Amino acid sequence: MPSSPATHVNDFSIKIATVNGTGSASANSLLMKSIFRSGIPVMGKNYFPSNIQGLPTWYEIRITRDGYVARSGKVDIMVAMNAETYARDAKEVAPGGYLVYDSTWPRPALLKREDITVLGVPLARMCNENFNGVRTRILMKNICYAGVLAALLDLDLTRIRELLAETYAKKPQLVDSNMKAIQLGYDYARANFNCPLAMHVAPMDKTAGHIMIDGNTAAALGCIFAGATVGAWYPITPSTSLMDAFKVFGDRMRVDKETGRKNFAFIQAEDELSAIGMVIGAMWNGARAFTATSGPGISLMNEFLGLAYYAEVPAVIFDIQRVGPSTGMPTRTQQCDLMLAAYASHGDTRHICLYPSNPEECFYMAVQAFDLAERLQTPVMVLSDLDIGMNDWMCRDLKWDDSYQPDRGKMLSKEEVLKLEKFHRFVDKDGDGITYRTLPGVHPKAAYFTRGSGHTKFGTYTEDSAEYQEVLDRLMVKWATAKKMVPRAVIDATAGSEVGLVSIGSCDGAIHEAMDLLKRQDVAIDYMRVRAFPFSEDVERFLAAHETLFVIEQNRDAQLRSLLTLETAVDKKKLRSLLHYNGLPISSACIVEGVLAELRPQAQPQDAAHA
Amino acid sequence: MTFIAKPKVAHPSLPRNALGFTRRDYEGALSTLCAGCGHDSITAAVVEASWGLDLEPQNMVKLSGIGCSSKTTAYFVSGGHGFNSVHGRMPSIAMGANAANRALTYIGVSGDGDTLSIGLGQFCHAIRRNLNMLYIIENNGVYGLTKGQFSASADVGTKAKKGETNLQPPIDPVLLAMTLGASFVARSFSGDKEQLVPLIQAGLRHRGFALIDVLSPCVTFNDHEGSTKSYAYTREHYEPAVHADFVPLEREIVANYQQGETMPLLMHDGSRIVLRKLDASYDPTDRVNAAAHIQERMKAGEYLTGLLHIEPSQNEFHEVNETPDVPLNSVSYEALCPGSKGLEKTLARYR
Repeated sequence: MPSSPATHVNDFSIKIATVNGTGSASANSLLMKSIFRSGIPVMGKNYFPSNIQGLPTWYEIRITRDGYVARSGKVDIMVAMNAETYARDAKEVAPGGYLVYDSTWPRPALLKREDITVLGVPLARMCNENFNGVRTRILMKNICYAGVLAALLDLDLTRIRELLAETYAKKPQLVDSNMKAIQLGYDYARANFNCPLAMHVAPMDKTAGHIMIDGNTAAALGCIFAGATVGAWYPITPSTSLMDAFKVFGDRMRVDKETGRKNFAFIQAEDELSAIGMVIGAMWNGARAFTATSGPGISLMNEFLGLAYYAEVPAVIFDIQRVGPSTGMPTRTQQCDLMLAAYASHGDTRHICLYPSNPEECFYMAVQAFDLAERLQTPVMVLSDLDIGMNDWMCRDLKWDDSYQPDRGKMLSKEEVLKLEKFHRFVDKDGDGITYRTLPGVHPKAAYFTRGSGHTKFGTYTEDSAEYQEVLDRLMVKWATAKKMVPRAVIDATAGSEVGLVSIGSCDGAIHEAMDLLKRQDVAIDYMRVRAFPFSEDVERFLAAHETLFVIEQNRDAQLRSLLTLETAVDKKKLRSLLHYNGLPISSACIVEGVLAELRPQAQPQDAAHA
Repeated sequence: MTFIAKPKVAHPSLPRNALGFTRRDYEGALSTLCAGCGHDSITAAVVEASWGLDLEPQNMVKLSGIGCSSKTTAYFVSGGHGFNSVHGRMPSIAMGANAANRALTYIGVSGDGDTLSIGLGQFCHAIRRNLNMLYIIENNGVYGLTKGQFSASADVGTKAKKGETNLQPPIDPVLLAMTLGASFVARSFSGDKEQLVPLIQAGLRHRGFALIDVLSPCVTFNDHEGSTKSYAYTREHYEPAVHADFVPLEREIVANYQQGETMPLLMHDGSRIVLRKLDASYDPTDRVNAAAHIQERMKAGEYLTGLLHIEPSQNEFHEVNETPDVPLNSVSYEALCPGSKGLEKTLARYR
């Protein structure tokens, strides 16, 4: 249960508005990490533009003693560093909150709000007086606001210094200059404001055994641990950092100490079509291979995904979803590729999809994706999103079981091939729809022809109706087998309610908080988070067992709801959609409001999330 | 007569290569192409070349896209794995396969539509990566399976079977490949087996991307009067510039080469290509000179053929990427996974 809401200690949100390309990222991560290292759960979300320099950008830090990993939907302290967005930033502060701004240029208009406290700090003036060079002054101005916040929130300066020393281990002079900027802000705030504020931090012991990591880094780490040796990709936001991380880890962990050779191939393709082609070629040839992309990339990969489905070639694809349609908003988050991924490509195709809800799950699902792809000999798509992929999340420590061995599935060795009278690629010997495959180079007897054209169970070309249909039907037997292999849904039915929430992926954090908030208003609900497509039997059971089901997802068209109605026996009328698709991660407030509006339509509207 | 299964019986007197295989062991399924198709002659040349090189059939990987030419990978070396992918995307499949296992021999067969239209991008980038494979274009200037549309290699002024004249300039794969830095570029004619077989052998042994553009007339849609890719026109206008004799490592070079006319080139594995220059001023190792020559002859309406450009010293994909000698698909899992200790160490950065 959450702690008492009466106090703001370790329970508030800060939003920092800056200009893209001014180095605010280092100030923000410094703040995040110093709070995290004080043992206080913290969430960070970056709302950045598709731009290199100049456009507005925001960073939201939520200090959450209850360990919630979602947006609350409320801003308590706004650090307004971007004149372009002052007006809207000032408007966003919750009553009773604070607004910090650069008072080098006074903004009397900002003072129009009576219900918030405006704190002006002459950041630019102080930095101009203390630092030389235009670029340094801009960068230091951002570090300086971190110092102001340190004083206002009662952050530990020794910890900040320690973090700077780690970051600039190779450039110690930067530690001093950054610390000087921190001190400037810190001292000014102490001298001019009543520090600390009512909303401040106090050390806790709730981050032990946890890390702060983004989903793309965690997924890349999963690829390394799964034994992936080929990564092929085409740069696209927000997936690029997954490949960058794979390369960094590869250079660090995969270089042979004796020969200096790299036990991985990292291939930047000319486009997404080529990237997925390389993955298919590599996995067909026995290497574990993957690509990372986003919606537009999946659109381009459709033809190849159909080939891999029909020719039964494993492949692993990470789709870090971003806002569509078309180019959409490349730096904002959504869950809008659910339908696209599930049935990608022309003809009767369907694909295994995994839906991680946080970076921790990205790590484990990355490994699972390779095992499933090889066991089922088909593409597996891991549908993460920008929120999971690019934001730092507090997660439990990742664990590794050293007894793990890659599951290569039904892959015949030379010895096994030699024992056969004849090898047939697509004959279902075990009745599970999964047939045996061989790798090139094994033996002439193991050779077969892979094709996307109509083929018989022996792998030969056909235009014969019955022969074609036999293979297509067997693929559905395999699909039924897949249902039993994919990760089951996570179900919380402790409330024993007739009402259930159904959701997917990164909505999870907001839902957990929303459920706590609803419980305080005597609304106890069950919850199921689907983790894979095809839906396992437990999904069907949960849907059947509840009278009202809220399907919560981050897209306009209720794609999860569509998938559920298409692929389960659920009565469509039981499903109510709660949709959030403005590009920002879903907040707990939005879920609470949505559920209450439906369940208690007569009740007075209230600030549900912060009652 | 494509419905008759080909009997796999070999006469005991058939010659055998060093591995004890006859030519029959390098054949594949029976061709379903039109009788007289140039592509079938190329298939036969691949069989001959592979047999002559004593290649292990299972170590040959055959890749293709979509089209008449792409079907031919089923018609040779049935003991090797084949991959008939999607239209124009064979190079990416080849890249992935090669990345996974550098120890195999990759042979890609494509057509002028598959390479120069839908697959132009992938073709170019495979060259840029110097992907170690032999890439054969079976070039007939026409789309066969869709009944006779012009392809991007159709010459200006050439006439379609139905009388239409092509007005768009062609893309020449040879010149394009040279511009992109290809390390082995050849042109040949399906009707000239003597020239083609050693070229295929040299291409298979070349370390890096080896392109052979083979003029291969389409008997059904592009073999008429007015076509510049017919048998008659090709025979009349093709001009061998450099003849390449492939000399395997095992065989001693005994012939006497006359300076200025022949040029023995050492391949990375110790085998040799002996170039007999039919035009003394032509230097296939000089990209600029060679390209100028090809263009000059082209202006005069001639197809210069032979091993038109070679640079055996360029680094291929794996050398550039510093991957190990052992194929990536056989590196032990223990060498790939940092284990729980490695993970713990990594996580320290995220605390």
